[in-house]
Amino acid sequence: MSGQASKRRPYIRPMQGWWRRNPFFMRYMAREVTAIIVVIYALLLGWGVVRLAQGEAAYEAWRATLGMPLMLLFHAVALAVFLYHTWSWFAIMPKTMPMIFIGGKKLAASTIAGLGLATAVAATVALFLVVEWIRP
Amino acid sequence: MKRSNAPIFWSLFGAGGMLAALTGPFLVFVTGIAVPLGWLLPHDLLSYAHMLAFAQHWLGKAFIFAVVSLFLWHGAHRIFHTLHDLGIRTGAGARLICYGVPLLVTIVSGYALLTLGFK
Repeated sequence: MSGQASKRRPYIRPMQGWWRRNPFFMRYMAREVTAIIVVIYALLLGWGVVRLAQGEAAYEAWRATLGMPLMLLFHAVALAVFLYHTWSWFAIMPKTMPMIFIGGKKLAASTIAGLGLATAVAATVALFLVVEWIRP
Repeated sequence: MKRSNAPIFWSLFGAGGMLAALTGPFLVFVTGIAVPLGWLLPHDLLSYAHMLAFAQHWLGKAFIFAVVSLFLWHGAHRIFHTLHDLGIRTGAGARLICYGVPLLVTIVSGYALLTLGFK
């Protein structure tokens, strides 16, 4: 550009709905959209932490909010979305991590995803055991 | 050459994504479904006294802090890049929101957790 603004409108490639054209792109977008629920859930928990620091009355008010039908509905949806996040996180892990070679052979994508999912199941079981251990 | 700050945000995204993949379904089920309904788990599991004790233990404190902070860094980073994929031109404003909110929540929740003290 030589300081002279062009009178032409610049061409802007249309991006509308490109991800609906192909199931691969749809899966990509589904994966990305889980982030919205993750953010809302984290904000809810962060809000709870602040209320906890403010004392018992504030914290119990926050707890009561979680019992509202709308909140229960949100968490039911969030549970499904988080499960999808877990599944998709490990399903794409073979592509997001460096290749692993064992005995000169590349570790299969299905092995990596399977190990990841097994770790998630083990972590969930371990966390429930911790809850059993510390429950009142 | 100026060093890129991308690896920092990418690491926070990755750490948050991994933590969410491993603990997210459990956390949502416990905090959002089982305990509010008193279903399978006692309602008192997340009572003020019990939660306070959990947050005063260094391990509980670290866990809560990691979940709140990293989940946000993960989600906000992903949203920021999805805006680009949707053809939305992101500028300083979107960057400020997508990275400012996680930073703010990290500071506020970290401060709140510290005021609870250690036991």
